[in-house]
Formats: sequence, C-alpha cells, structure tokens
Amino acid sequence: MNVIPIRSSSEIRLTVNGRPVTLEVRPEALLLDVLRDRLQLKGARRSCDMQVCGACTVLVDGAPVSACTYLAVEADGREVLTVEGLADGDRLDPLQEAFIEHGAVQCGFCTAGMLLTAKALLAEEPSPSPARVAEYLRGNLCRCTGYRKILDAILACAAPGGGTR
Amino acid sequence: MSARTGFRVVGQSVRRTDALEKVTGRARYLSDLELPGMAHARLLRSPHAHARIVRVDVARARALPGVHAVLAASDLTFCDPAYGPALRDRPLLASEVVRYEGEPVVAVAADDEATAVEALDLVEVDYEELPAVTTLEDALAPGAPLVHTAEPLAGHFSDLSTLRAKPGTNICHQFDYGRGDVEAALAAAHLVLEETYTFPRIQHYSMEPHGAVARWDDEGGLTVWASTQNPFSVRAELAAMFALPASRIRIAVPLLGGGFGGKTYAKLEPIAAALARVARRPVRLLASVEDAFRTVRRCSARVTLRLGFLRDGRLDALACRADFDVGAYADIAPRVIQKGTYTATGPYRVSHVQLHSNAVYTNTTPGGAFRGFGVPQIVWGVESMMDIAAGRLERDPVDLRRQNLLAHGEEFAPGDTPVDGKLEESLGRLAEAIRWSDTVPPGRARGIAAMMKASVAPSVSEAIVRLHADGSANVLVSTVEMGQGARTVMAQIAAEVLALPLARVRIVPPDTSITPYDQTSSSSRSTTMVGRAVQEAAEDVVGQLRKIAAGKLGVAAGRLRVEDGAVVSGRTRLPYPDLLDHHFGMRGGELIGRGVVAPGRTAAPLGGSTPFWEVAMGGAEIALDEETGAISVEAYASVSDVGRCINPQQCAAQDEGAVMQGLGHTLLEEMVYEGGQLLNGDLVGYRVPRAGDLPPRLQTRFVENGDGAGPFGAKGVGEGGLIPVSPAVANALARLTGVRLRELPLTPERVWRALRERRQRDATDRTTGGPGDV
Repeated sequence: MNVIPIRSSSEIRLTVNGRPVTLEVRPEALLLDVLRDRLQLKGARRSCDMQVCGACTVLVDGAPVSACTYLAVEADGREVLTVEGLADGDRLDPLQEAFIEHGAVQCGFCTAGMLLTAKALLAEEPSPSPARVAEYLRGNLCRCTGYRKILDAILACAAPGGGTR
Repeated sequence: MSARTGFRVVGQSVRRTDALEKVTGRARYLSDLELPGMAHARLLRSPHAHARIVRVDVARARALPGVHAVLAASDLTFCDPAYGPALRDRPLLASEVVRYEGEPVVAVAADDEATAVEALDLVEVDYEELPAVTTLEDALAPGAPLVHTAEPLAGHFSDLSTLRAKPGTNICHQFDYGRGDVEAALAAAHLVLEETYTFPRIQHYSMEPHGAVARWDDEGGLTVWASTQNPFSVRAELAAMFALPASRIRIAVPLLGGGFGGKTYAKLEPIAAALARVARRPVRLLASVEDAFRTVRRCSARVTLRLGFLRDGRLDALACRADFDVGAYADIAPRVIQKGTYTATGPYRVSHVQLHSNAVYTNTTPGGAFRGFGVPQIVWGVESMMDIAAGRLERDPVDLRRQNLLAHGEEFAPGDTPVDGKLEESLGRLAEAIRWSDTVPPGRARGIAAMMKASVAPSVSEAIVRLHADGSANVLVSTVEMGQGARTVMAQIAAEVLALPLARVRIVPPDTSITPYDQTSSSSRSTTMVGRAVQEAAEDVVGQLRKIAAGKLGVAAGRLRVEDGAVVSGRTRLPYPDLLDHHFGMRGGELIGRGVVAPGRTAAPLGGSTPFWEVAMGGAEIALDEETGAISVEAYASVSDVGRCINPQQCAAQDEGAVMQGLGHTLLEEMVYEGGQLLNGDLVGYRVPRAGDLPPRLQTRFVENGDGAGPFGAKGVGEGGLIPVSPAVANALARLTGVRLRELPLTPERVWRALRERRQRDATDRTTGGPGDV
C-alpha cells in the first residue's frame, strides 16, 4: 500500500473534558492520536484499529465513538469526553466507584472504553436490563474479566426499576 | 481481624491497589512511554508462508529523510541474531528463508510511524516461493518439505538441554513418559476406547499488543521497557545476543494490558534493541493486533488417546500420542508439549501409562505459551472420553470420575509431588453448583470435566522487603502485573506479616536492575512462589524488629509480637519508627528483609516436582438451537482448589475470565489458514467472546483447606478454570443430542452438520433396521 502524504492541515475547535481546545490537525489525523499524542490524554487505548474492541472509546457529544477510526476534524465544534474527564476532581463518577468496588478492573486496558460506553448507555437509558447492558457493550471487548463483574458494576449504577432479563 | 481465618488483610477482598489509576486513565502502559528523541519502528513482514529471500534492497528506504535505521538480516553483524528460549532457531530478522506469513524481514526506525511506513514501502524484497506445510498432516507426511534444515542450538533452559529432535523431519522435540505395561493392560481391559481429538490454533488477544522501547546508554548498556511477562528471560536473551553481562542490561516492565502467556519470552525486544543500536537513539516498536496474530499463538494439537477401564470402572491404562503444531519457530513449545502431555492422566489414578508427544514445525505463526500451557489440548480429549466411558459402563459421569480420583497426599506419579488438595471435595462442590442431581429443564443438558495441572519446575522467586524509617514498606519483586492482581496480592501478604495497613505497603514495579530475580509471571505460580518469598522477606524484617525490641526491652525476642505497626510486649508498644530510631541512633536507615524460594531440581520427571497442583473442575448447562446448531451456555460453574483465597474477589475474577476465555476456543475461536495465508488475523475475522456471550449464570467456587504450598496455605489459580470448559460443554452436547464432536471450536456449522448426519443415519437405520449408534 502506498501512502500519499497530505501535508495540509486545518484548525479545529472542540471541547475536551469541558475545556476548549484549538488545534491544527492534518486531515487524516485520527482523534485517538490527537488525544494521546497531542493532548497527552492517554486513557483511550489503541488495540484492534478497526472499531471492534472499544478500547479507544470516547464520547463525542455524548455518543460513544471509536477514536481509532474517527477523524479529528470530525470532532470540530463538538464535545469530547475521555476517561480523564469522568471524575469531578477527586470525586469519582459512580461508575468508576462501582468498577473498583465490583472488581471490574483487571488489566485495565478496556476500562476507559467500558466506563464511557456505560456512561452513554445510562444517560440514554437509566434502567437497562442486564441483557440490554450486555447488548450495548457489544463493541467493547474485555479479555480478562469475562464481563461478569463489569456488568455487575454497570447494573449497580442503574436507576432502580431496570427490567430483568 | 477475620474471626474465620485469624488474618487481618489476607483473605479479604481488598480493593485492587491499581484500580484507581486504571479507572481514571492514569495507569501507564508501554505505549504511553515517550522518550526524548525516540524513533518509531515498523516491520516489513513476509507475504509468503515459505520462501527463499532472493534479494533485499533497502537503499531507497535508507535514503528517505527522517529514517534513522533500516535493518535486514545481512545488517545484523553486530549481534548474534539467533534467539529462542528452548531452541535458538529464530532469527531476529528472516535470513535467506521466510518460514511463515508475517515473519519480520526488514525493520525500520524513523521520526514517526508515518515515515516508517513510507520507508517500508520503499523496500524491495524478491522471494522465490517454496512448498509450505501448514497442517500437521502435511508436516508429518513422509518427504514433507522441511521448515528448518539446520540443527538449531539449545536455548537458555537447562531442562531442555536434552531436546530430542528427529533429524530429517519437522519434529523439533519429542517427549516420552511411561509406567506399567499399557499394552498388556489395554489387552486385559473390560472397555477400551480409542479416539482422536483436535484443538485449534488460538490467538491470545491480550488487548494490549506486544511492545518494546529500547535505549542504549553512553556506556554501552541497554535498557528495554517491555510488555513482557518474564523480564529475566528477556534479559538472558539480550545478554546472549549482544554479548553483554546481565548487569549491563535493564528490563523494566510497566503495567501490561493482558498477557495470557503470549508475552512470555523475548518477542519484539531483540528487534527494538537492534534498531536502537543502529539508530543511536531510543526506539519504540509497538505491535498492532494484526502483528500479534503473527507473533505467537496457542499450539494446535491432534491427540489420539486410548483408555482402558476395568469392569468396576477403574481407569487402568491410558495411552496418549499427541502431535502439537508449534509453528515456524519453537519458542517455548517444547516445554508446552511435555508439560501438557505429562499430566494427561489428570486428577486420576492410573497404573499403566504411555505418553508420547511431538512438537512439529509448520509454516505458521509460532506457537508458544498460552493459559493452560498444553493441558487444554489433552484434557479436551481425555475428559470427553471419561464421559463416553461413563455411558458405555452405564455409570454416572460424576460417579465414575469420583471413583478414579487421586487421594489427598497420593503421589501424582512415582517420585512426583503428592496431591495437595482434596479432589473429591472439588468434585462434590461442582456437582452441587451445577445442580447435577436436579432434573434438567427440557431442551437442556449438563456436562462436567476435571483437570489437574502442574506449575513450572524447577522454579525460583526472590523478594526484598524494605522497611523505611517512617514505618512504611516497599516490596521489591519482579512479578508482572498484567491484570491478574499480583501487586495487590503481594501487598496483602506483606501487609499481613508486617502488621501494616495496606496503604503503607508499596510494590515496586519490575526492573531487572532493581527488583530481584523471578523466573516468570506465568504458570499460575506468582501467589505461591513470589508470595512465599514476600512472606519470608517480611518475616525477616519482623525478626529484625523483634530482635531490636528485645534488646531494648531486655526480653526474649520470641515473646514479642507485631501488631498495628508496632512491636508489642504485654502493654508496651514500640512503633516501628521508634525502633528504627533506636537502632540507627537517628531518623534514617532501613531494615531489609530477603526471601528466596527455590525448591530446586528433583528426581521427578521433567527435572523438578511441581511446587503445587492447580486443580479445577467445571460444569456447563447448555441449550441448543437445532435449526442453526448454535450452542448457548445457560449456566456454568467453576470450582478451583486454591488452598486459600488471598483475595476472594480477585480469585473469582480470575476464574470468571478463564471460563470466558475457555468458551472462546470452545465455541468461537480458531486461526484459519488457507494456502499458508492466515485468513482471519484481525478482530473482524477472529471472534472473541463478547459481553453477550456471558452465560446467564456463571458461578465460581473455591475449595479452601489451607493446604497449598504458598503463603498462608494458598496456591495458584488463573489457568485451571479455562481448561475444563471445552469438554464440559461437549459432554453436555452429547448428553443433549447424542452427538459427540471431537474437533474445536463447536461452531454452529459443525454442530448442525453433526446433527444432520445423525438424523440421516437414524433414518437409514430405521429403514434398514440397523443399530443406532451414539
């Protein structure tokens, strides 16, 4: 495969974890690289490179996206939330607390993506059923935990009244 | 203090010490490391399974601005380019011949990854394709093309110095073990079963692919930050490669994003080090997931078993002949095949045993260590056949297994480690958990399986505990934290012995120039081996504290105890900082404790008795969609004998993860080759378990009799839970449908075809009046 480099770049303005950011980015720059290399936000992780594993998940305007295949220019004018923006200072998000409490963290490589996907789900549906949580996590892989404790942690944060399976 | 155990920290599900950094994104992995002036590396990989390299032209790549190093095999004059832990059969970069699709041929380091990719596009390589062998059948056929033609040198493991290759074939190692007279016993047996089972190539898919950052210093020393499970093996490999003393090499290990065996032994570190040497700057080499598929995998296997039972159900004879496909380079596969084969009799007492296995080269991704280390491949067959035998003997599968279990304290084999758990208790707990005696709901069936696995031996772990002047402590061990929770467990052990709060104990990350020797973070060994070393090192510190206190108080040291950060004698409390003040005559100085666990070599087969037996049993309840052949696991119960849970939550986490990984190779996963090409070497084509694949009921239970060889009677956990999954599910399928599958994974297509065949056969039998067969 021949890569034809494009040397032009453009300015984007976005909000990252509540703070306005202005950046010059090349058109092919991926959001994941911009977050990790330019903004030093290393919480989003690179794994599959093809939108399957979810390790790079961040929220763009509240919706989970795979930053590994999302162009930085697409984030222009939008709000990006990464795992670094989940806690309010030292006060953890309830999902972060629950992940610790339920032992939903092992190697930690999937954790940021899991947390953000769960955040989006609970914003959309505060009382999801266990089956709905599992289904919503279809784009987030974990090879360590077997998912049991991740589902438990997310369900512990759901509002009462969630459907059963 | 727990009333049940008498422990303060041990046995508690304390929060993981690394959880906060992981949920906040502050945890640092190899790919987060940036060094000033660091170059970024990429590899050009072979498009062919087997080919002669006719020409490599890197001139244009070298001339590209921003490129700092371009290496082909012919450039590696400054090092010994051969490596490998068992056999030094692997070239750092392919030289003259490529032996699998994806083998590194040229390495580039440049200012950034884009430039490195651009440079690789400018490299020209001409190949002349050679006939390839990608299956065991092809590789073992008479006159098969040979993957290796020269006899390689032994690697750095002394216990493999007796490697038995079969010259002129693709067999790079053979393992044999026997006792009794199998042929006579089989001839006399009431029931003899002979069957062949196959196990596929499986990818670890640790979410973090392999990576290494290498930097040479001005004095000729080498530092490599590596995502490795065993930094000391990597150090040994690099020391031999670059003719450096171990003291000049530093391997530092950040948090790992999973390992599962795929990060044992040198992988990318040699190439990164060679590039950094030439580039004269730090070099970072990060694999992609697609690269990982071309770095290491689980050895596939074809296992033929003969089991002989006496009329009363006793398993009297077991013969096993296993061919393991180890891919293009041996990696640690020779040890995988012998460890896996040696425990073919599992948790059972068998008088007559004959085992033979071959490690067979093929032109595919090298096979190496993977959670279970050769055992799942064998247990898949043996435990399927235990159920077949139960059917033929008209016995209950739980009952037949119970009859044959080894007793507590009984030697596994003459001269080898006695069984250190109560196997019957595990089986009983499993039967209870999976509701074996309860009526099965319509359309469902249950199946069980059991396994026993040896850990690595001989084995060495060392630990240093430093108690500082303020009464806090550092624990120096080289255990790699890859998700299994080892750092938390080590902190718990040290905190327990030192009578300190967990928060006052800090585990120092592995760094071969700082933390003491540890063989490997694998083989479920860390809690047992490193844990014992930590316990000893902490006890050493406590002994010193008591001696100091005894001198100060004028009482016998033996009458003093430690409690809540102080040495206590009756009503007198001497906090550690005060004792250190007293000892050193100032606020400064520290007490250093040392622990060494090294059981050494024994007369047992394979050169050492396992320090402990990992025991796990599993039971599955499944349903089946007969239209599609899709199996759904509705309930799964896993029971592990861990001696004692140091951290019950993390033990459960290990087994939940192990079961799901086991369900992966049972139902979904297989690396597929066609014409020497890996067809599904990425996560779109290779399907690992997702959250939706979690059985609605997944239970993990633990047998805790405090009889393990590790600290506080604990022993290893982590691999065992994965191993019974395949036969448990297949046994359930057989009980549900009468269909017995001997090939993994149990894909809908395979199940559907088997069901159709059975229906057709049933129909034929009905018309001809022939016998039905199950």
